[in-house]
Amino acid sequence: MAAKVPRQKMPEQAPGERIGNFDEVPLGFPVLAADREASRCLECKKPPCQEACPIHIDIPAFIRLIKEKKYAEGARKIKEANPLPAVCGRVCPQEGLCEKACVLAKKGEPVAIGSLERFVADEEGRHHDLFIPALPPLRREKIAVVGSGPSGLICAERLRLLGYGVTIFEALHKPGGVLMYGIPEFRLPKGIMQREIEYLKGLGIEIVLDAVVGRTVTIDELMGEAGFSAVYIAIGAGGPIFMGIPGENLNYVYSANELLTRVNLMKAYQFPRTDTPVKLGRRVAVIGGGNTALDAARSALRLGTDKVYLLYRRSRQEMPARLEEVSHAEEEGVDFQFLTAPVAFLGDENGNVKTARCIRMELGQPDASGRRRPVPIKGSEYTIELDSAVMGIGTRANPLLTSATPALTLNKWGYIVVDENHMTSLPGVFAGGDIVTGSATVIEAMATGKLAAASIDAYIQNK
Amino acid sequence: MPGKNEIIHKEDLNSESFRLCVYAPEIVRKHLPGQFVILRVHEDGERIPLSVVGTDSEKGLLDMVVQVAGKTTRLLSGLSRGDSILDVVGPLGRPTGITKVGNVVTVGGGVGIAGVVKITRAFLEEGNTVTGIIGARSRDMVILEREMRAACHTLHVATDDGSAGKKGFVTDILRGLIGDGQPIDEVLTVGPLVMMKAVADLTRPHGIRTVASLNTLMVDGTGMCGCCRCTVDGQMKFACVDGPEFDAHKIDFEELLRRQYMYADLEKTSCETCRIEENLQNGG
Ligand SMILES: Cc1cc2nc3c(=O)[nH]c(=O)nc-3n(C[C@H](O)[C@H](O)[C@H](O)COP(=O)(O)OP(=O)(O)OC[C@H]3O[C@@H](n4cnc5c(N)ncnc54)[C@H](O)[C@@H]3O)c2cc1C
Ligand SMILES: Cc1cc2nc3c(=O)[nH]c(=O)nc-3n(C[C@H](O)[C@H](O)[C@H](O)COP(=O)(O)OP(=O)(O)OC[C@H]3O[C@@H](n4cnc5c(N)ncnc54)[C@H](O)[C@@H]3O)c2cc1C
Ligand code: FES
Repeated sequence: MAAKVPRQKMPEQAPGERIGNFDEVPLGFPVLAADREASRCLECKKPPCQEACPIHIDIPAFIRLIKEKKYAEGARKIKEANPLPAVCGRVCPQEGLCEKACVLAKKGEPVAIGSLERFVADEEGRHHDLFIPALPPLRREKIAVVGSGPSGLICAERLRLLGYGVTIFEALHKPGGVLMYGIPEFRLPKGIMQREIEYLKGLGIEIVLDAVVGRTVTIDELMGEAGFSAVYIAIGAGGPIFMGIPGENLNYVYSANELLTRVNLMKAYQFPRTDTPVKLGRRVAVIGGGNTALDAARSALRLGTDKVYLLYRRSRQEMPARLEEVSHAEEEGVDFQFLTAPVAFLGDENGNVKTARCIRMELGQPDASGRRRPVPIKGSEYTIELDSAVMGIGTRANPLLTSATPALTLNKWGYIVVDENHMTSLPGVFAGGDIVTGSATVIEAMATGKLAAASIDAYIQNK
Repeated sequence: MPGKNEIIHKEDLNSESFRLCVYAPEIVRKHLPGQFVILRVHEDGERIPLSVVGTDSEKGLLDMVVQVAGKTTRLLSGLSRGDSILDVVGPLGRPTGITKVGNVVTVGGGVGIAGVVKITRAFLEEGNTVTGIIGARSRDMVILEREMRAACHTLHVATDDGSAGKKGFVTDILRGLIGDGQPIDEVLTVGPLVMMKAVADLTRPHGIRTVASLNTLMVDGTGMCGCCRCTVDGQMKFACVDGPEFDAHKIDFEELLRRQYMYADLEKTSCETCRIEENLQNGG
């Protein structure tokens, strides 16, 4: 009976309208749609969705609370496992995780778990219903968390709930990591992020901004004179990758990180009301096929450009971005050029980029990632005229902290090596998130943050 | 005790620049010569890099000189003693490699003099024979002369119009020193790109090791965005984390000169908007 209700669609801003603003694209479930969608959940005895969730949210339980119209309680149920439901409801690749595992997925229409997660979180926020759970008495030991991305935030929260005093050190002037500086307003409004941060501060977690660990303070000092009993390093993989092709230092060739930081963290889309500019001209080429590239392309569309190309060296099937981002970008008019890669940028006498020399690719044998390897087609070079280019091919480990902490063992790509308890080569110093795994997802970064918190607790208890 | 990032002292040096002394004990504690800081003045403000003239570790004070260039530096100039700066981050960048090499010449131009004082003193304290050269457009634009004099054995001053020191450029003085056969083991320069390029071009044929401190555009200052990238010895480097100092003979100055003015037109818009707002506020 329940399965007869079709999967509810979330209302969205129309493409033509939304490329003229930075407001959120999906508008959230109205109450009626949420109730209907919740009614589709079969409340499986051994729920495969919960199993598939990297942090094992009790999905049937929170959906049952929606059925009972206890929306804020639904959010609190999620928060037992995840302090950032409003974020995860918006940015998790549910199609490959909980919703993929949903029994109804076999019939093609899984329960819209992500949309429901977002719904309860927004309901809790809308009613200023921020619930702060009872906290155990404060323990003697305090823990330092380096980096305020999703991995650091969940680790801090778990440790605080266990009774530890926690201080987060963040290099930038705003907390949130990629959620703040990378993912654009139209996908994750910064007001929402602010709300999640307020919750964590409400738990008594201290956040020190403008603190570049490795420069302002070192790991040794945190473990020594500053008196922390353990440190969790969650600094992400924030270094931009360039391709190493000619012309990459021409003017108006950006890394996606730079473009997105200017736009999100520094609010360049409101320039000159805000002070940080960004300049793309009329035609932009974004290189890459992941979330970063798509966020850059969709931001570019909203910055008054006429034409945004997305150059991706493989085909649509191999794109690592979330499905929703790909279809949103397509509706908005991003010109996808699949099986294409730039080989050089050429500029004018002022050093401003003017064209991209590109080459067509075909797919050969599968590579280490299991995806078919793109192979350049001889003689297929062609030229695209442009005013700016954005390199969104990925990110790498940023060596700032690790080079200031030579005792940390790194792998050959500069990521921090940890043991099965997330401990680094330095006793009492743990690490997780993208700086250990390489660029992954919000929920995977949170999963390690959560496990690391348990390991830190065990380490301190056994000391 | 002063508050975080509180302005303890502010003093105009000339019509364009002012000295700013800020309470930032955490940064002072760690600051080494050659490292810089990044400031932000208000909630929607830009992040701008500034050199550190000196530090008072007892009082936790950070000494800087700011030259009004655009909106953010103008906003800074509007702050007074007792105000606090929203964000001060640092110390950023790698410290200068201060070793005993023998005879060192430090060359500061314009507001770049601010960046060369602490480095000059460090070379002196390391036991080097240190010659300082500072230059500016005219007498009143020569800043920190007293501090420089105290930081080196011999100080030379050059002004474009000859109103102070020798008439000409800092490179004219450096050329004179080289010509006179004064032994020079290392030159370190901070200032406008054209000046640093001229210094590099001058020392290159003599094989004198020369280091330039680059003042590229920056956003985060932590190696995250790549805005500050430059080419050194054919390799891509980020000035904020790999630098700001590099072997001046290997820097692609032409590329840097082109990158410097990427936003000049927009910065002007920002400044005009700022002026209009000011006028409105002043009822004018
Ligand atoms: C543009 C973009 C879009 C994305 N979209 C999605 C998406 O839709 N869904 C999804 O699941 N994943 C997405 N991802 C991936 C996801 O954001 C990351 O996997 C995740 O944020 C990693 O979390 P983290 O906590 O490890 O690090 P980060 O989020 O990178 O946070 C690290 C924090 O540490 C700080 N830091 C770094 N060095 C220091 C230091 N030395 N001292 C102090 N602080 C420091 C940084 O400033 C930053 O705030 C996206 C990534 C990008 C770049
Ligand atoms: C490592 C480093 C150290 C610095 N030290 C000092 C210092 O001690 N004192 C000081 O006054 N300034 C210093 N600068 C330069 C200072 O950061 C810029 O003047 C400032 O960012 C201008 O901001 P604004 O908003 O006032 O002007 P904007 O409106 O941003 O710029 C005004 C004009 O100045 C140009 N400009 C912007 N940034 C720079 C730059 N980095 N170098 C040269 N021209 C620029 C712009 O293209 C524009 O034409 C330093 C820069 C770096 C990278
Ligand atoms: S300023 Fe962003 S990497 Fe240097």
